[in-house]
Amino acid sequence: MAKREFENKTLSSTGSMIVKRGLAEMLKGGVIMDVVNPEQAKIAEDAGACAVMALERVPADIRRDGGVARMSDPEMITGIQAVCSIPVMAKARIGHFVEAQVLESLGVDFIDESEVLTPADETHHIDKLKFTAPFVCGATNLGEALRRISEGAALIRSKGEAGTGNIVEAVRHLRSIIGDIRKITQADSAELFDWAKKLQAPLPLVQEIAETGWLQVPLFCAGGIATPSDAALAMQLGAQAVFVGSGIFKSDDPAPRAKAIVEATTHFRDPEIIAKVSRNLGGPMTGIGMDKIEQRYAERGW
Amino acid sequence: MVRVSQSKSAKVVGVLALQGAFSSHTKVLDSIGVSTQEVRTPQDLASVDALVMPGGESTTMSQLLESSELFEPIKKLIHEGLPVFGTCAGMILLASKIIDGRDDQVSFGAINIEVQRNAYGRQIDSFEADINVESFDSPFHAVFIRAPRIVKADGSVEILAEFGDDIVLAKQKNVLVASFHPELSHDKRIHEMFVKEI
Repeated sequence: MAKREFENKTLSSTGSMIVKRGLAEMLKGGVIMDVVNPEQAKIAEDAGACAVMALERVPADIRRDGGVARMSDPEMITGIQAVCSIPVMAKARIGHFVEAQVLESLGVDFIDESEVLTPADETHHIDKLKFTAPFVCGATNLGEALRRISEGAALIRSKGEAGTGNIVEAVRHLRSIIGDIRKITQADSAELFDWAKKLQAPLPLVQEIAETGWLQVPLFCAGGIATPSDAALAMQLGAQAVFVGSGIFKSDDPAPRAKAIVEATTHFRDPEIIAKVSRNLGGPMTGIGMDKIEQRYAERGW
Repeated sequence: MVRVSQSKSAKVVGVLALQGAFSSHTKVLDSIGVSTQEVRTPQDLASVDALVMPGGESTTMSQLLESSELFEPIKKLIHEGLPVFGTCAGMILLASKIIDGRDDQVSFGAINIEVQRNAYGRQIDSFEADINVESFDSPFHAVFIRAPRIVKADGSVEILAEFGDDIVLAKQKNVLVASFHPELSHDKRIHEMFVKEI
């Protein structure tokens, strides 16, 4: 956390938890879109994205190409920053704190320690408390979410299964995380010790959930959103914003689909509006069934 | 869609809920006993006595204001004297002039200030600091997230707080704006100040 002095000698501090979680609060109700070049970034911003995720290949292509997936070329990230007035996020490999340092030095607004890239460490995640930039991390269940929060994550996204265009895993993960939050709010104080043990999560964080009824940070949904209805489904299940990766730029006509997903995310409880914006969007990304995939990205993370 | 909470007050404060930190505002307003209504469609405006425009992305909100057919009705209500409070992106939406905005970005032109988007830098430059607010007897802890800067204010604008050389809290008739986020700092005084005027 850096301290600095302004001309009038008023002290201010950057990189505090309230400042990091603050940006996550500002993204609520919005759509964060994966983009691979400045042209796509413009399309995303024009469509009403509240942030973009700059990466070299969308998850569907990472899945197709195989090999090791790493942090993107800094040149490509700064190219996207140059054309965007909205926050720009970028991905580092799980445990690869040097990639995270590089992204922070580029002024990336949110660092995604992402299972979509090939993990660099099979035991440790990045110590995110050491950074000024905020981190978002994926989770498949509440225990995983709380471990990431204890490491300093300012935002959690349910992982889903990236690059599939299939919402089923995202639904599973959201239901698991939010279902357990609901159960914890009904537990008595003695049961919270057992919850912490079962979740392999710090007890104070579990106790805090029992008290507040929610995570310490916002919860967004990622991994498999391809249509306006998918986005609204995630929101009705309790996600507070959505990440759309391959779903937009792997569809037939990205710009109108992007705009429709933005509107459906805002009006997520209004089926008439969702129906209206879903008309004539062209084909969504083809998508794949879970029985057809070789590597489940959601299993990465510890 | 409609969210009306338990309350002691008969007045209803609408919170523009197109995108952004609307739920944090709702929470603060709930805690001071004010009824709230999330506003996403023109119908939601019918019952509100005041309106909060939260932080978030002003470009996103600007587009959704138009696609949700809220821009004209809100503009009319503000002109008729509806009390409004804009924080961060909400302040940008209310400003008479936006610098570094998108060409197609709309604003209500409800307060005579020029606002520069993201003027304090990227997220790594976001910060928190104590500010002195006119009429408060102790400092207010303010959280600035990729904050816009008020670069110019007309003489008709009342300055309520400054940070460094910048105006950060200002008022003109029924319009209150903050470049920071009072909804994030567990201090209800600015919301109370706004609600008192309704």
